Amino acid sequence: MLRCCNKHFFRLALIFVKFWLRMDSKLDNVAKTIDDIVKQLNGTTLHTQLKRAAQHEGEKSSVQLSSLKSDVIQSLKLSGWEKLLRNEVFRKMHSVQNTLDQAIPFECQKEPLMYMRKAQANWERRILKSMNSMCTELSIPLSRKRPADEQRDLLHKWNEMGTDEPDLSHFRPVYAPKDFLEVITSIRNPNYCSLTGSEIDDRSLNFESHWGLIQVSLQVPSLAELREIFAEFSLSNAHVGLDDSPDFPSDMFQNERNKLAKRVIDEKRSPIAQYFCRRGCPSGFRADLWQIALGVTVGHLDVLKYEQMKGYVLQHDLLVDSLIYKDVKLTSVNDDYYFVFEDYLYQVLLIFSRDTSVLELFSRSSATPPKSYIRGKLGLEEFAVVYPPNGVIPFHGFSMYVTPLCYLYSEPVRLYYVFREFYVRFFHRLHVISSHPQGIVTLCLLFESLLQSFHPTLFRHLQDIGCQPLKIAFKWLVRAFSGYLSTDQLLLLWDRILGFNNLLLLPVLAVAIFLFRQTNLLLVTNVAGVEASLSDLSTLQVIPLLQSVLFHS
Amino acid sequence: MMSKNVRIGRGYQKKIAGDHRVIRYRCALNNVISDMLKQRLGWVEAKEGEDWDFYWCDVGWLRENFDHIYMEEHVRICHFRNHFELTRKNLMVKNLKRLKKQLERESKSESAKCDFFPMTYELPSEYHIFVEEFKKNPGTVWIMKPIAKSQGKGIFLFRRLKDITEWKKEGYRVNADERKEETKDVETYIVQRYLGNPYLIGGKKFDLRIYVLVTSYIPLKAWLYRDGFARFSNTRFSLDSIDDSYVHLTNVAIQKTAPDYDPEKGCKWSLQQLRHYLTAKHGYESVEEMFQQMNEIFIKSLQSVQKTIINDKHCFELYGYDILLDSNLKLWLLEVNASPSLTASNQEDYDLKFGLLDDAMHIIDMEGRMTGKEKRVGNFDLMWSDGPVYAEDATLDTLGGPSYATNTFLGCHNDRKRQLIQLFRTIQSKKAAASHS
Repeated sequence: MLRCCNKHFFRLALIFVKFWLRMDSKLDNVAKTIDDIVKQLNGTTLHTQLKRAAQHEGEKSSVQLSSLKSDVIQSLKLSGWEKLLRNEVFRKMHSVQNTLDQAIPFECQKEPLMYMRKAQANWERRILKSMNSMCTELSIPLSRKRPADEQRDLLHKWNEMGTDEPDLSHFRPVYAPKDFLEVITSIRNPNYCSLTGSEIDDRSLNFESHWGLIQVSLQVPSLAELREIFAEFSLSNAHVGLDDSPDFPSDMFQNERNKLAKRVIDEKRSPIAQYFCRRGCPSGFRADLWQIALGVTVGHLDVLKYEQMKGYVLQHDLLVDSLIYKDVKLTSVNDDYYFVFEDYLYQVLLIFSRDTSVLELFSRSSATPPKSYIRGKLGLEEFAVVYPPNGVIPFHGFSMYVTPLCYLYSEPVRLYYVFREFYVRFFHRLHVISSHPQGIVTLCLLFESLLQSFHPTLFRHLQDIGCQPLKIAFKWLVRAFSGYLSTDQLLLLWDRILGFNNLLLLPVLAVAIFLFRQTNLLLVTNVAGVEASLSDLSTLQVIPLLQSVLFHS
Repeated sequence: MMSKNVRIGRGYQKKIAGDHRVIRYRCALNNVISDMLKQRLGWVEAKEGEDWDFYWCDVGWLRENFDHIYMEEHVRICHFRNHFELTRKNLMVKNLKRLKKQLERESKSESAKCDFFPMTYELPSEYHIFVEEFKKNPGTVWIMKPIAKSQGKGIFLFRRLKDITEWKKEGYRVNADERKEETKDVETYIVQRYLGNPYLIGGKKFDLRIYVLVTSYIPLKAWLYRDGFARFSNTRFSLDSIDDSYVHLTNVAIQKTAPDYDPEKGCKWSLQQLRHYLTAKHGYESVEEMFQQMNEIFIKSLQSVQKTIINDKHCFELYGYDILLDSNLKLWLLEVNASPSLTASNQEDYDLKFGLLDDAMHIIDMEGRMTGKEKRVGNFDLMWSDGPVYAEDATLDTLGGPSYATNTFLGCHNDRKRQLIQLFRTIQSKKAAASHS
C-alpha cells in the first residue's frame, strides 16, 4: 500500500512540474528538475501527510482494488490535498537551479564567472575579518551561553524587547551599503581587453568603458525585453495604485478588483495568487494574497519550530544579536512610521539568525555561509560551525526588509515565515556579488544603462558635477526602496516584485525617479544639491512612474 | 491686576482701506502659539498694562478677571467662562448623562448614539451606586481619576474594593495640600470602567488627540481640524501590570517621566498614517464608519453643554479631544481639554500645531477678511453650524444616510497652504466684483 502511495505521489508531482516548465526546455532538464523537486519533497511533512491521507482514502469501503490508483488520486483532489501539493511544488520551483551538466563543479554551478566568485569570496573575508576584530576589540565572544537568570529575564521580556536599552555604543554595523558599492565598482573582468589594446586608467576617456560606476559587462535586458517581461504594465491595463484612486468611481475598477481578490483567496492556489499580484493587491486583501502567493503555510509544526528557535535565542547570546539590536535602534526606530513595530522586529530577526533552513539558499547563490571555529580549534574542520546559524550577517539597514511586512501581519509567527520566504526568494540577491540576472550587480548595471539611454544629457551632467547617479540610487536598490517610499507605495511595488517574480523593477523605478526630477537635477550644480533633490521620495507614486518608463516613451 | 470694570480694546483702529489693521495681542504661553502670533501680519504684542484686542489667556487668569472686565465688540479671548462644564471629568459625565436621558424621551436611536463614554460615577457622592455596580461585575478593572488635575497626576487603576479603601485613608489626605490652589470642587474624583480591550498596533496601546474649534455655543458653530495624532504608550499593553501607570496612561506628558522615555522617539503617528493603516487592515467602509462615529462624539458632547455654557460673542475655544479606539473599532471619549498642549515635541508636531493655530486665527478673523460663509478654512472643516453641515456634493439620496453627512475629513489629504491661497483669492475677487458693481 505504501509503495503504491509513493508512486502516485511521484506521479502527481510529475504532472504538476511538467505543467509549468517551459515547452522549450530540454526533456532531460525537465526530468532532472522533477527529480530534484521530488527529492526535496521526500521526507517533508507534506509527504507524510499526503501518504497518510492517501492511506485513509484507500481504506474507504467505496474504493475498489482494480481502480485503486485513480480513486485515490481523485479523492485526494477533492479533499484539497492536491492544491497543497501543487502550491508546494510551485514554491520549490522558485528555488530550482538551472541544472547544468553534472561534470561542472558545484562552485561553478553556483557562480559561473570566476572573477565574480573571487570578488564575493574577498568580500566575505573582509566582512568576517571586520566582525572578528570587533569581537577581539570588545572582548566579546561570537557566541556565549546565557546563564539561567538571564534566560528567564529575556523570556519575560520577549514581547517588549524594545524597552531594553543595552549599551550598544561600541558596536558598529559590520558594513553599510556604501561599503558594498565600493567593492562592486572595483570588480573588473580580467579577460576583458579594450579594442585599443592599451591599459588606460582614466576610463572616462575610453569610449568603450562604461560611463557609470559598474565596469563589468554583464548582460542586461533591453527596453524591448523589459516591455515583454512586464507586459501587464502597458497603459491599457488597469492597476491598483493607479485606477483605484478616489478620483475614479469605485465601480469601474476597485469593486471588481475586490471581488476578484476574494475569489482568488478562496481558491488558495499559489500561481493564481502570484499572477494576481501583478496588477496590485487591494489593501484589505494583501496580507492573505501574499501568503498564498509565497506558498507560506503556518501550521502547528511551523509554530513549534518557531518556539524551538526561540529557545535557541534564549539559550545563546550571539554577537550578531547585538548587531541586530543596533541596526533596529539606528534605522527602524528612527523612522516616524515604523518605530511602533520595534518589538516585532526583534522577534523576527533574532529568530531569523538561528534558522538553519535558510542555509539552503546558499546552494544557488554565489555566497558561502561564513564559518567560525570553536574556541581553541581554529582551522580544524571538524570544529567549524556556520556563524551565524543562518549564514546571513546583517548589515546597516537590514531590519528595513522586515518593517513593511509588520504593516500587514500582526502575529509574529506568520510575520516571520512570510519574511523568511521573501528573503530567501528575493532579498538575498541584493547584497551578494554574483552574475545572476537579478543580482545586485546586474540591477546596478541596468540602472546605469537605462538612465544613459533615456537621458544621456542628464547622466553626463550629473557626472560632470561629480555625482554618479548610482551612488544615490544604490541605497534604494539594496533596500528595495524600504524606508524611502511611503508605505502604501512600497507595498504596491513589492506586489509587483512578487507578482512578476522579478527584481528588475527596482532599477526601472530608480530610473523613473531620476527622470521625474530631471528639471531640478539639470539645474543643480553640486552633489549636495542632487542629494537634496532626491532625498524625499515620500510623495512619489510608483505605478505611473513605472509605466512612464516602460511604455510611455 | 485689573480693577473692576476695566474696558478692554479701546483705541482699536478703524479699518483703513487697503492697509493692515493693527491688532494688539497678549499671550500667556511661550510656545507654538506665541511663535504663531508673532509671525502674523499686523499683530503686535501688547506690553504689560497696555490695552489689547486679543488674549490667548490661561484658565486661571480667565477665572479671576473675566467678571471684572468689559470688552469692546471686536475683542476676542480664547476661553469660555465656564468651559469646565465640558472639560472637568465629573461635569462632562453629568452633562452627557443628562443629554442621554433627554434624548431617550425623544428618540431612542439618537440616545443610543450617546454610549461613547464608559460607565462613570462621581465620588464620594455616588459611592454607593458605584459599589453596587462594582459588585455586579467582579474582576473588572476600574480607573480612578481626580477631576481637575491634568497630565495624569493622581490616577490609578484597581480591581478590588479594598484598594480604594486604602486610598481613602491615605491618598485622599496626602492630596489635600495640593488642593489649595484649586477651587472648592477638587475633592471629587471619578471612577470609571476601564477599557480593557484597546486597539493595539505593534502590541502598543494608543489614544487619539483631535482638535475642535468652537466659535459660538448659541447658535452652535464648531469646526473640526483634519489633522491630529495618535499617541502611543511606550510599553507593551497588558492588564497584568496594573501598578505600572506608565503603561496605561498614554498622555505624552506622563510618558516624559517614565524611566524609558526617549524624547527623540516621538511616539506619535499622524492621523493620516493611522487612517492608512486601519484602512489596509479593515477596509475603507469600516474606517469611514468609524470616523463618522467620531462626529457623533463631538456634536453630542457639545450639545450636552450647549445650554449650560455661558455664551459670549467674545469667546471661542480650541478643544483637544482624547479618544480611545477599542479592538471592536468602537470609539470612546476619554476627556476634553480646554487647554490642549501647545508645546511641540518635534518638527512635525510643531508644523501641525502651527497650522492648527494659524487656521484657527483665520476663522476667528480679527482682520475681517472672511465672508462668514466658508465651509473650509485651511485644514478646518465646518462640522456644525446650528445644524449639520453637508459636504458639497450631497444630494437628496444621501440625505437619508448617516445623520452628519460629511463635511468632515479627519485624517484625509490636507493641503492647507494651497487651500488658504485659493480661499483668499476667491474672497478678494468676490470683494473686487462687489465693489465694482
